[in-house]
Amino acid sequence: MIIDYEVLKFIWWVLVGVLLIGFAVTDGMDMGVGALLPFLGKTDDERRVIINTIGPHWDGNQVWLITAGGAIFAAWPIVYATAFSGFYFAMLLALFGLFFRPVGFDYRSKIADPRWRNAWDWGLFIGGVVPALVFGVAFGNLLLGVPFHLDDMLRSFYTGSFFGLFHPFALLAGILSVTMLTMHGAVWLQIRAAEPIASRAKAAARIFALISIAVFALAGVWLIIGVDGFKVVSMPALDATPNPLTKEVVADSWAWLANYANHPWTLVFPVLGFAGLWATMKLAAADRPGWGLVSGSLAITGIIMTAGVSLFPFILPSRTDPNSSLIVWDAVSSHLTLTVMFWAAVIFIPLILAYTTWTYTKMWRRVTVEEIREQEHLAY
Amino acid sequence: MLDSTMIELSRWQFAMTAMYHFLFVPLTLGLAWILVIMESVYVMTGREIYRDMTKFWGKLFGINFALGVTTGLTMEFQFGTNWAYYSHYVGDVFGAPLAIEGLMAFFLESTFIGLFFLGWERLSKRQHLTVTFLMALASNLSALWILVANGWMQNPVGAEFSYETMRMEMTNFMDVIVNPVAQVKFVHTVAAGYVTASMFVLGISSWYMLKGRDLAFAKRSFSVAIGFGLAGILSVILLGDESGYEVGDVQKVKLAAIEAEWHSEPAPAGFTIIGFPSNEDEETHGAVKIPWLLGLIATRSLDTEVKGLKDLMRDHEIRIRSGMIAYDYLQRLRGDQDTPENRAVFDDHKDDLGYGLLLKRYTDDPSQATEEQIRMAVKDSIPEVAPLFWSFRVMVAAGFWMLGLMILGFYFNTKRVIQEKRWLLRLFLWSIPVPWIAAETGWFVAEFGRQPWAIGEVLPTSIAASSLAPSDLIISLSAFILFYTVLLIIEMYLMFKFGRQGPSSLHTGRYHHEEAATASRSNIAGGPAPVLAPQKRQD
Repeated sequence: MIIDYEVLKFIWWVLVGVLLIGFAVTDGMDMGVGALLPFLGKTDDERRVIINTIGPHWDGNQVWLITAGGAIFAAWPIVYATAFSGFYFAMLLALFGLFFRPVGFDYRSKIADPRWRNAWDWGLFIGGVVPALVFGVAFGNLLLGVPFHLDDMLRSFYTGSFFGLFHPFALLAGILSVTMLTMHGAVWLQIRAAEPIASRAKAAARIFALISIAVFALAGVWLIIGVDGFKVVSMPALDATPNPLTKEVVADSWAWLANYANHPWTLVFPVLGFAGLWATMKLAAADRPGWGLVSGSLAITGIIMTAGVSLFPFILPSRTDPNSSLIVWDAVSSHLTLTVMFWAAVIFIPLILAYTTWTYTKMWRRVTVEEIREQEHLAY
Repeated sequence: MLDSTMIELSRWQFAMTAMYHFLFVPLTLGLAWILVIMESVYVMTGREIYRDMTKFWGKLFGINFALGVTTGLTMEFQFGTNWAYYSHYVGDVFGAPLAIEGLMAFFLESTFIGLFFLGWERLSKRQHLTVTFLMALASNLSALWILVANGWMQNPVGAEFSYETMRMEMTNFMDVIVNPVAQVKFVHTVAAGYVTASMFVLGISSWYMLKGRDLAFAKRSFSVAIGFGLAGILSVILLGDESGYEVGDVQKVKLAAIEAEWHSEPAPAGFTIIGFPSNEDEETHGAVKIPWLLGLIATRSLDTEVKGLKDLMRDHEIRIRSGMIAYDYLQRLRGDQDTPENRAVFDDHKDDLGYGLLLKRYTDDPSQATEEQIRMAVKDSIPEVAPLFWSFRVMVAAGFWMLGLMILGFYFNTKRVIQEKRWLLRLFLWSIPVPWIAAETGWFVAEFGRQPWAIGEVLPTSIAASSLAPSDLIISLSAFILFYTVLLIIEMYLMFKFGRQGPSSLHTGRYHHEEAATASRSNIAGGPAPVLAPQKRQD
């Protein structure tokens, strides 16, 4: 079946969103658990309980990130090229943060020395907080516009600096990313970890939900009054052969709100963000963390989509040379590649969801200190 | 022109991180199947020792796998961070197999690996075996898609350059998948993984036998690995990469370079068993040749000619000159002269555009290159011969060394006297690093032999890198070296620790150290005596 090129271009914007949200909801939760690990686990046994709630799942969850990266490479090659090379040290920072997780989970409990274990616990903390922060900061920078330009051979040149990425607004986006994922991780621990960890997690979930509401609101206000957006003034037809150098783009102070004004139903996303966070706070307090996990996932979806809708059709706007900006219609792969990838996604994503659900069902239980002691040499 | 120091450092960083990643991959590819075999026997016979074998070798599998995942992340990030122009130029084709690898294979492998380690108590026997099987299958599927991507770098079929989008675009997905280079590479690489894992299990099991401990465990592990390993090494050698050298110019150059064959010889060509190739003199000094052999290996016939490097370079010069025209017309088409006439000229020369881009190393505008610059680009059009010549021979020697070991091991194991052949057990122990040497030199041949191309005949490495500064690379390269060194030390420490402990690390109370520990309380001085008692119970 042949799907129109312009429709496919849009579908891929949705699919990349699905993969990123899938990553945030699943592995983001593991990162939140990592962020809480040294604080909610007071003893070694307690920390092992925390680790083993996500032990069987974090690795599969991480593949959402890897696949999102692969999908961006395949569907938006020039975005992948420009963003990863432009944010060079930020990406490496996230990468080195991620290093701590595979080894941390597997190696930590293989040696009993408390210094060894404590060191890896902080490694898992870094592996949770640093990538979450960097990805949030990266999103913030998309909204601010990135200093890059393309030459006539479509080679990209980044003209900013590493520290330039940490604009206060971008930092705020990074903090939101960390706090919402920490909230999500806390809710998970409230469900899956035994007392006294569950109670501590409950308190953490409430606190981080509240902070997230405040930060999301602050970032929203800042975006409205302090951040200029970009808008496409002229461009070729939506189904044209993609060439990022054929459009005209200008900075515009209200551009990031244009989609909400033109399509008011999209306001459902920021509303979902706030309502989801608020509901998570209430559900955690009411000892209904199962529903809290659902509302937390909806909140994360709403928040990511809020940024996505603001930017649309931009993926990577350029602040220094707006005409070089990369948008959904001109930064994409060929019709054939998008088609092949679309069918791969249609076939495999439901399968992935099915077997992932099976593994969660099989491993579903409250992890206790007694169980960890029983399986001292088997558990993480 | 990109900074040449930056490109050199980018290449070093990629080569080091990729070769480091491949320290862990082959063991995963093979050990996963060995675990499947062991666990299948457990499920079918119900004998606990096979579950213990699965768990113990699974523990070592996990220590290795953790670093495989860690270093695999780097590979994905690095195309974007360091090879941005490459990513833009070929992402339309190269990105697809990578993304599908994630969707089809890596998700499956990573989702089930957690259950493999932590699901023993929560899954039925059959469910757990299924999990192990899916994990093994997925890791091998993963290799398939990665090698489809890599095979495309060697022999870029099923794609075409588009001047409008200034990149390669996919024209036929099936061609990309059934690329002959990708297919032979897949078979060769996974079989090499099976050999690596077998050598690993054989070496460590030999050590237990030499130490006279956990004999039942060691002998059974040895038996599983020797059959698997023999099948693996035969596949690696018989279905070697060779057949892939027939397709595409890059592969032909690689073959000639491996053989240090400067001049085309009348068929069937002789095989240079030893010699000292020099790119400077375009000659191999002190070559010792075996007649006919190269022609047979490379073309599997007695009358097909193997082209020499000098002849290949002559072809390259013609293509570089044609590529200059392609570049000239590309500029016109991308400027304001997109006319049917210009398009026709461009189409005539566009297959040589990549060759024209080889000149980018020396001039910003290849269409205006001087004769001197063309001469240099021709020189660049083949890789440095000596390193390829030697690493290929090291790989082959390692392969035949392991074939010999496997045959002997298989023979004595079938005769049930392997335990008495202490010299052979020692050889197995000391040969543990050999498969890694073969794998690393093999990849070196494949990738260094592809130079000067990032994508064969399409995109030179010299323009594929990101627009970074050398200082960026110095910082990142140093960070990688530091992190990776520390990680390797930790990994080796754990491997040795658990390798030494052996199945006692499972704490089942059935193995050497545990029995020795309880026995030594009543016995005077350890000695080998208490070792024998627990062995009986296992049989």
